[in-house]
Amino acid sequence: MVGITSYGAYIPWHRMNREDCVKAWGGFAMPGERAVAYYDEDSLTMAVDAARDALADFDSTKVDGLFFATTSSPYREKQCAAIMAWPLNLRNNIRSVDVSTSLKSGTSALALAVDSIKAGTLNSALVTAADLRLGAPAGMLEQQVGDGAAAFLLGRENVIAEIIGMYSVADELVGTWRSSEDFYLRSWEDRMIMDEGYAKILPEAMAGVLKLCELTPKDITKVVFDPPADARRHGKVVSQAGFEPGQAQDIYGLYLNVGITGSAMAPMMLVAALEDAKPGDKILFAGSGDGADAFILQVTDQITKLKPRRGIKQNLVSKRVMANYNDYMRWRDMVPLEAARRPDKQHIRLSANWRERKQLLGLWGVKCLKCGTPQYDNGAATTGPIRICAGCQAQDAFEDYPFAHRKATVFSYTQDNLAPVIDPPASVVLVEFEGGGRAFFDLTDRDPAKVEIGMPVEMTFRKLQLDRGITNYFWKARPIR
Amino acid sequence: MPGSIKDRVAIVGMGCTQFGELWGKGPTDLIVEAVNEALADAGIEMKDVQAAWGGTLFSGAGGRTVSEALRSQYIPVTRVENACGSGHEAVRGASYAIAAGIYDICLAVGYEKLKDEGMSGLPGMENRTNTHYQSSMPGVFAIMATRYFNRYGLSPEEGKSMLGKISVKSHRNGAMNPKAHLRREITLEQVLNAPIIAWPLGLFDCCGVSDGGAAAILVRADMVKNFPNRPVYIKALQICASPTTGRMVTDYDYTHVEEAHRAGIAAYKEAGITNPRKEISMAEVHDCFSITEAVTMEDLQFSPRGRVKEDVDAGVFTLEGELPVQPDGGLKCFGHPIGASGIRMLYEPYLQFQGKAGQRQLKDPKLALAHNMGNEPYAPVVSVCIVGT
Repeated sequence: MVGITSYGAYIPWHRMNREDCVKAWGGFAMPGERAVAYYDEDSLTMAVDAARDALADFDSTKVDGLFFATTSSPYREKQCAAIMAWPLNLRNNIRSVDVSTSLKSGTSALALAVDSIKAGTLNSALVTAADLRLGAPAGMLEQQVGDGAAAFLLGRENVIAEIIGMYSVADELVGTWRSSEDFYLRSWEDRMIMDEGYAKILPEAMAGVLKLCELTPKDITKVVFDPPADARRHGKVVSQAGFEPGQAQDIYGLYLNVGITGSAMAPMMLVAALEDAKPGDKILFAGSGDGADAFILQVTDQITKLKPRRGIKQNLVSKRVMANYNDYMRWRDMVPLEAARRPDKQHIRLSANWRERKQLLGLWGVKCLKCGTPQYDNGAATTGPIRICAGCQAQDAFEDYPFAHRKATVFSYTQDNLAPVIDPPASVVLVEFEGGGRAFFDLTDRDPAKVEIGMPVEMTFRKLQLDRGITNYFWKARPIR
Repeated sequence: MPGSIKDRVAIVGMGCTQFGELWGKGPTDLIVEAVNEALADAGIEMKDVQAAWGGTLFSGAGGRTVSEALRSQYIPVTRVENACGSGHEAVRGASYAIAAGIYDICLAVGYEKLKDEGMSGLPGMENRTNTHYQSSMPGVFAIMATRYFNRYGLSPEEGKSMLGKISVKSHRNGAMNPKAHLRREITLEQVLNAPIIAWPLGLFDCCGVSDGGAAAILVRADMVKNFPNRPVYIKALQICASPTTGRMVTDYDYTHVEEAHRAGIAAYKEAGITNPRKEISMAEVHDCFSITEAVTMEDLQFSPRGRVKEDVDAGVFTLEGELPVQPDGGLKCFGHPIGASGIRMLYEPYLQFQGKAGQRQLKDPKLALAHNMGNEPYAPVVSVCIVGT
């Protein structure tokens, strides 16, 4: 049996009231809020967060493949999956794949992973999809899109939802696009995209997979697929494809609170569907964009044994509504701002980062074999591994010790108005980890007024700096969501 | 068995430039002016100096910066750098060389030209190479204040008020010092209402950023009769460098500076001091931030742990108090031209011992302590120098 063994999701903590776009630019406000990735997030970091949700109680070193789907890769040349393998603590002898450019890359990555496992090449695979797409300021797309991620762990054992059929359709219809030079989304007329693309291709793919599995719409418990820009058209396709409205997975929870999350939209909806799924349910899952991929999932008894995850539900309610639209422009670097009157940061040194990739990307520290002190080094005068124990001065007597998954508490902090950061003040915390060890970290996703000594925090993978096209990823602390 | 510097080296001349935003002066001006005053004070010329040490963090590189400025004629000149403790490091180099019997007359000069950056703050301190969090220097000291308030049960108001009184005291002294950068008295209300730099530290909790230079002529103790001024002897000079483990292991409380405590103990031992609060007549400590001065009072055993507030409230450290601290105005009013500060801290005791401290003159000081600290509270190099007559 091949199928989903676990799932996870990520929605940024920050939400923008869509009316704020209208306050800034005029025009019509869509109802609700959209999720906005913080200034230190991108599609890669969001995918890592969703994947960590999926992997929470699984052994990451048993994962054989990592598929990352996005249309908003931080790199045009350079694989994200290879970076993500470090924060996710995967082995190096895995198949790492970025699937890109199409809005259906999330479902296509899922299909590739399923095929790899069915072929016997991989025993398990992690599929992640994330997007951070930009509509140009003052347009409707800016309000419609949102940022988010989903992840699925796939394998042969303890499957919660078996994938019993897959069917794909490729379709050349330039609906929305970004050329290699475009910063913002471009789109053809909605009505044509919907009439000739979305409303034709999705029913075709859904009918294809139903036929393949010798099923009819009435056999399906839930039909799960992404909504178009005009969300009302989703319902029309539900009936066009032969389903009753009650069979459709709700779109409005995400549409009104998160926005359309690109390649992550259909996968996030599937996570939401699995959160409510019961053994025996049959799910028709499809994702659209340059065609469509459709799947039939059979939910198993195992789903009752999967521990609750953050998923969509918990991510949705954990939020902070942004104070204004200006912050959004600042976080997305849409307007040139006066540079902080502080010294320039030094360049990223790739060789040093490479040397320390395990510490920096994996947040691995060491534990002394002599005195047992766990230690992580953030703030040394020079780069380099820990050679001498901070506790007992024993030399080179360590075992590797992971910090990324450990909870911690704030030992002390400051709210620094002087440090040049994108969303001042810089909330810097000295945290103490459960099990020992302390270190300084930036505190992200925080309300400065609510930071206090003793506050519980967890670690999250973020970007620190963009320099000469290189994104420097590292870990920050955040209040537990 | 380690030796001792006590009474083996004397300061026979000192110089100190005006501190401030010296737009019209470069490092060369700072070096030449500080050294000229020191040489004239000692009644010697540059050709009499046998070796020199220059302390700076950012201004120039190598001994050349000093030898070039002074056009010293082929004598050994060494640039030393020990972060904010570079000034004391220069004095240490010069005095140890004399104590070793290699030279008779040495020069120590500290200087820093900070105001050539077009921005406030220190150049390049954000570039600490392996630091993956984004705090300023005020930030890392503010974290100590946050913890201190929490540990000793001070409300933010009580804590900020305690720190505020420290700055008010230093400004009062600095207002009487013509060489200070900031020469205006401030009120506690002003301190408490000032913009926050890094919570809980506000503008007046932070020292200024200035240019400056200071110099000392050091000689073998048995030569002092050849010089016109009352000699000031080095009684102790101890440096303590941190293993910087306080940011990694959980036994550090972040409400004191261990290195300051240990450097103090070592210096008291070297100087033969058993009751610092009674025996020390005045102290110039590294008040880069008000919280630093507060915990330093405890680290140097002037105040019991956690109780500096009582001494601050009682006015112990004012000019009229039992143990005047920062009689010259401190880093608070002089600013902190990195390499210069350690020697500037010795300039005030030197004036006080000569009876030349003007309005700030203390009555019959016996022993003075200068405490110089570089880097963060969990990772500093601290030096404690005790001088006396």
